[in-house]
Amino acid sequence: MIQGKVIKYGDNIDTDVIIPARYLNTSDPKELAQHCMEDLDKDFVKKVQKGDIMVAGKNFGCGSSREHAPIAIKASGISCVIAETFARIFYRNAINIGLPIMECPEAARDIEDGDIVSVDVYSGVITNITKNKTYQGTPFPEFMQDIIKAGGLMNYVKGRVSK
Amino acid sequence: MGMTMTQKILAASAGLDKVRPGQLIMAKLDLVLGNDVTSPVAIKEFRKIGAQKVFDTKKVAIVPDHFTPNKDIKSAEQCKFIREFVREMDIENYFEVGEMGIEHALIPEKGLAVPGDVIIGADSHTCTYGALGAFSTGVGSTDMAAAMATGEAWFKVPEAIKIVLKGKLPRWVSGKDVILHIIGMIGVDGALYQSMEYTGEGVAELSMDDRFTIANMAIEAGAKNGIFEVDEKTLEYVKEHSNKDYTVYKADEDAEYNRVIEINLSELRPTVAFPHLPENTRTIDEVGDIPVDQVVIGSCTNGRIEDLRAAAEVLKGRKVHKGVRTIIFPATQQIYLQAMREGLLEIFIEAGAAVSTPTCGPCLGGHMGILAKGERAVATTNRNFVGRMGHPESEVYLASPAVAAASAVAGKIASPEEVVK
Repeated sequence: MIQGKVIKYGDNIDTDVIIPARYLNTSDPKELAQHCMEDLDKDFVKKVQKGDIMVAGKNFGCGSSREHAPIAIKASGISCVIAETFARIFYRNAINIGLPIMECPEAARDIEDGDIVSVDVYSGVITNITKNKTYQGTPFPEFMQDIIKAGGLMNYVKGRVSK
Repeated sequence: MGMTMTQKILAASAGLDKVRPGQLIMAKLDLVLGNDVTSPVAIKEFRKIGAQKVFDTKKVAIVPDHFTPNKDIKSAEQCKFIREFVREMDIENYFEVGEMGIEHALIPEKGLAVPGDVIIGADSHTCTYGALGAFSTGVGSTDMAAAMATGEAWFKVPEAIKIVLKGKLPRWVSGKDVILHIIGMIGVDGALYQSMEYTGEGVAELSMDDRFTIANMAIEAGAKNGIFEVDEKTLEYVKEHSNKDYTVYKADEDAEYNRVIEINLSELRPTVAFPHLPENTRTIDEVGDIPVDQVVIGSCTNGRIEDLRAAAEVLKGRKVHKGVRTIIFPATQQIYLQAMREGLLEIFIEAGAAVSTPTCGPCLGGHMGILAKGERAVATTNRNFVGRMGHPESEVYLASPAVAAASAVAGKIASPEEVVK
């Protein structure tokens, strides 16, 4: 079970604002995390605490395929991203690197900045502890749960690689 | 219920007779692609699980195009890291500076994408090859790593939007205007998780370069892929560039679509996307007075020979407006050479534009044309997000090569109709 304080953003949060291209000359998670959300919210890196939950509107993570985006979010300490919808490449990338995400339009609209929220990524149940409300998100299909349980895509495919 | 083009290709790649939307499948891949930003992460993941070789040395392509020729020491280190991997793995399709081009212009030109292929690339604009009737889509680095090791990738079979084209593009209206018009109509998540399938008599009126531009920006509507029905022009292109085997897939008559959109090409106008989303479109007639500091013509969206010809048609015998930095990037060495032979480079230089070696550079705010605070650019690129081309308080307006060139001459966003009289 994941629990944390919410940092909230709007619709169409693109990967250029999550991690601007000028920092893509490195793939070091710690370095990337220092610039996470920089062009949208300069204070993000100062205010984010380990375990915090990011909540946003529709089409979160649209734009570039840079895996540096979910890596930066994860390394900044965010424990889960809840959104109305995710852009598809971001969705894959998050699962592949083990950043928990949850699609739930109702929760994404209702939860406010600063709320304390808990998430069960397997059942899809999101609880807003501050507002004493629950929402039902879309749980992952079994196949994706297996990838998450294996600790990401690479561990999942380990048995089938050319050696 | 029948299947769409995409569904048929995916079914075949998974060894299935039939698939339905939402079904999870494991597909065999014909090409796995990466660039200098995404490959280093993929290579590290590939090594982590102890993989010793790539699944097929002919079916992996690595194109260092984003920060090349290297813009700084860190980028140079990333490219060196890739180069060592390529040598060790004996990867055939690696293109160094000098033979390198922007990946999505280069891959079709090298004949590495053909109809019926299933292609993934660790770059969001991998959807470009749908112009050739292939299924191609962008993924992240970890998917690229797993695919280099196994030759496979998982997909959720997408639903589709059918886009029926009719009519013929008027003068000064291009593939870029078609896709901007569509994104303006359906929004940046209008095709989320779906394929955009282009069909209708209007397809035949579009050149291959127009189709590449339209398929390229499927991602800007949130789509998984964009794909064109294969016709004579496609096959002619394939014959000219490739000796790979290919298969032509046609949608079933009774294929189901989420939505059908009809577009009459004859009615379209040059279109511009205002900051900071590609869906903020206006026709050139609604633009108003918008002075610009920089014009960029190029990228995986619009750096092909026809794009350069359109820009040259506007710039010929004219000068770019004093103070407007105009930078033109042919997308590949082959396109560069052809532009030189056709005299286009001379037109550009005489007009006062800079002509650069192929690179993604300015499109993503990497190098070779970064914007300062408060500056404004018209670009033939694909994204106008906050900070995309430089300072978070700079602005990018997306347009066709003809509109970009006209804007360079006018010093403000302008229609080629006004500039070329």
